[in-house]
Amino acid sequence: MSTAELDAALSQAYEAGFVTDIETETLPPGLDEKVIEYISVKKNEPDFLRQWRLNAFHRWQTMREPRWAHVHYEPIDYQGLIYYAAPKRRSETEIDPKLLETYEKLGVPVHERAALAGVAVDAVFDSVSVLTTFKDKLAEAGVIFCPISEAVQKYPELVQKYLGSVVPPGDNFFAALNSAVFSDGSFVYVPKGVRCPLELSTYFRINTARTGQFERTLIIADEGSYVSYLEGCTAPMRDEHQLHAAVVELIALEGAEIRYSTVQNWYPGDEEGRGGVYNFVTKRGLCAGRGAKISWTQVETGSAITWKYPSVILKGDDSVGEFYSVALTRGRQQADTGTKMIHLGRNTRSTIVSKGIAAGHSQNAYRGLVRINPGASGARNYTQCDSLLIGPHCGAHTFPYIESRNPRAIVEHEASTSRVSEEQLFYCRQRGIDPERAVALIVGGFCKDVFQKLPLEFAVEAGKLLEVSLEGSVG
Amino acid sequence: MMLTIRNLTVAVEGRRILDGLDLDIAAGEVHALMGPNGAGKSTLANVLAGREGYEVLEGKALLDGQDLLTMEPEARAQAGLFLSFQHPVEIPGVSNLQFLRTALDCLRKARGEPPLDSAALLRAAREAAQLLGLPADFLKRGVNEGFSGGEKKRNEILQMLLLEPRFVILDEPDSGLDVDALKLVAAGVNRLRRPDRAFLIITHYPRILEYVRPDRVHVLHGGRIARSGEAELAHQIEAGGYAAVLEGSVA
Repeated sequence: MSTAELDAALSQAYEAGFVTDIETETLPPGLDEKVIEYISVKKNEPDFLRQWRLNAFHRWQTMREPRWAHVHYEPIDYQGLIYYAAPKRRSETEIDPKLLETYEKLGVPVHERAALAGVAVDAVFDSVSVLTTFKDKLAEAGVIFCPISEAVQKYPELVQKYLGSVVPPGDNFFAALNSAVFSDGSFVYVPKGVRCPLELSTYFRINTARTGQFERTLIIADEGSYVSYLEGCTAPMRDEHQLHAAVVELIALEGAEIRYSTVQNWYPGDEEGRGGVYNFVTKRGLCAGRGAKISWTQVETGSAITWKYPSVILKGDDSVGEFYSVALTRGRQQADTGTKMIHLGRNTRSTIVSKGIAAGHSQNAYRGLVRINPGASGARNYTQCDSLLIGPHCGAHTFPYIESRNPRAIVEHEASTSRVSEEQLFYCRQRGIDPERAVALIVGGFCKDVFQKLPLEFAVEAGKLLEVSLEGSVG
Repeated sequence: MMLTIRNLTVAVEGRRILDGLDLDIAAGEVHALMGPNGAGKSTLANVLAGREGYEVLEGKALLDGQDLLTMEPEARAQAGLFLSFQHPVEIPGVSNLQFLRTALDCLRKARGEPPLDSAALLRAAREAAQLLGLPADFLKRGVNEGFSGGEKKRNEILQMLLLEPRFVILDEPDSGLDVDALKLVAAGVNRLRRPDRAFLIITHYPRILEYVRPDRVHVLHGGRIARSGEAELAHQIEAGGYAAVLEGSVA
């Protein structure tokens, strides 16, 4: 089978590429203190937050874009971007039917009567959250799930205590930018001992052209609680690049567990590399107390460029961090993604399983850091990085960094690189399987360890994304 | 005729492996193809199935009147051709059951049939696994992943039983098998023997032909069928080697 055929098999149309025709309220392009003041006033924020944003902005002005990642792109004109865009509200209570249509078209269950009754959804459109489902049912359990702009109003003490506590505004260039201009995102608080009765889900949609999306997500799991959170992302097909610079902070207190899953399908650009989303995201979790657990699972198929390292700081003794990742790049896509596991507490454990699939002319890099601090006696890490190459023009790279400062820690690293072989393809085709499904089948098998970690609804979506019919419906 | 091959001439890397081969197989028949190492037995199997890397210089191969050599490999499979591989490849992480379901879906779709009900497939697959002496968890394991040689061969037969092809090529289904496993493989083949189905068994050893009685035995030599006969021909080969049966043949 030729490379061209393989590429064709992998370059399915981007189904989420439509534009919603809706009236929006947008700021003119450009960024200065006035823009930040405008956003802060628009959201009726308390003074501490306005000041926090401004401090972040001043910090950002002194910083430079990171250049160490294995990605290449033209310089971004930050003054050419729009920093606030919101669909106009027709009334306080009514949601524009076009918005509902948009989410329905994308398969997001925005009606509470929908079939996926086990999932509560927060839908974010450009810069604002447009609706949140099942709030009442969650409130009965004491779980707070709302747009972060609403949390700022209703629970300012929680926001002030935790915002920036895991990813400080000056952490990196993109985190600083986000801290200055973040517009919306989700807020979750699960009280002590509560097992969140629903899967929580946020669906991010960039619609307006030239708009940066800067969402901010903050999840706090109090002692002994449990929550599973899913996020999905899409954007219309546009010829120019769109910037998405999100920050996600997770805090798991003693004995709490947070599972965070992402199916990222931002518009990847066309075959020549025109357009597509720059996905420059900072995600980090803190296992603050003993026995806390944070698990990241990501399926990354979209974006022109992905720069993203969901990480865990293992501060509490016996805490656990996990990272399961599938990153598929094709066309001209570039991904530099991985994780950081920072072991501070005793007997902390972390697991990293990364599956990178590169096709077309894409570049796919795993970058990971495992750091064992002197106090982390008995710490253990297991890392497995597998790369699968499809065709002769793509590249897979692995950049593992291990810093162990405690002789009693155990760090294991395994890596492999393989190709979808002609033998495998021929074997499938001899059984009557067409090449597209054969490639999807082989890739799906390669990703199995990670797919098994996804909540069922997302496993289905991830499977569809890779045209994989998942195992498990039989036997 | 179910399968008609005329004047098939095939080169690999410029070297002629098959040179004017003719072969006819009627529905309901089992033919054995024998011949010394390097005679081109596997080449014939691969060319019929559509593997890349073989240059067809001349000739044709028809399955039920359809010109196989112009078809994509999956179209040949959908037309009813099944190749039991000599060296089946591993597909890590894809379970046997998932693989079977995908293949069946594709085959049925091509025939305009609705997808097979999952429960029915599972039942049929379990029964086939049992017939072949394969353990219960076999269907959940990755395709050929870490299988022993014998398990791989039996997995090919398992797939054959479930996909129910019209024309089956078995490329050395017996190599590396002990006598018990050989009997199981033979039982699988015999189970599928029907008036509207045909088999071509490629083998070095007459042993399997004790258990699957062939209607015809052919000897491949010099790039074509050099000698054909009844089942008895296999015994002559066993007794006297290829030299004895090829003496005086055209090649």
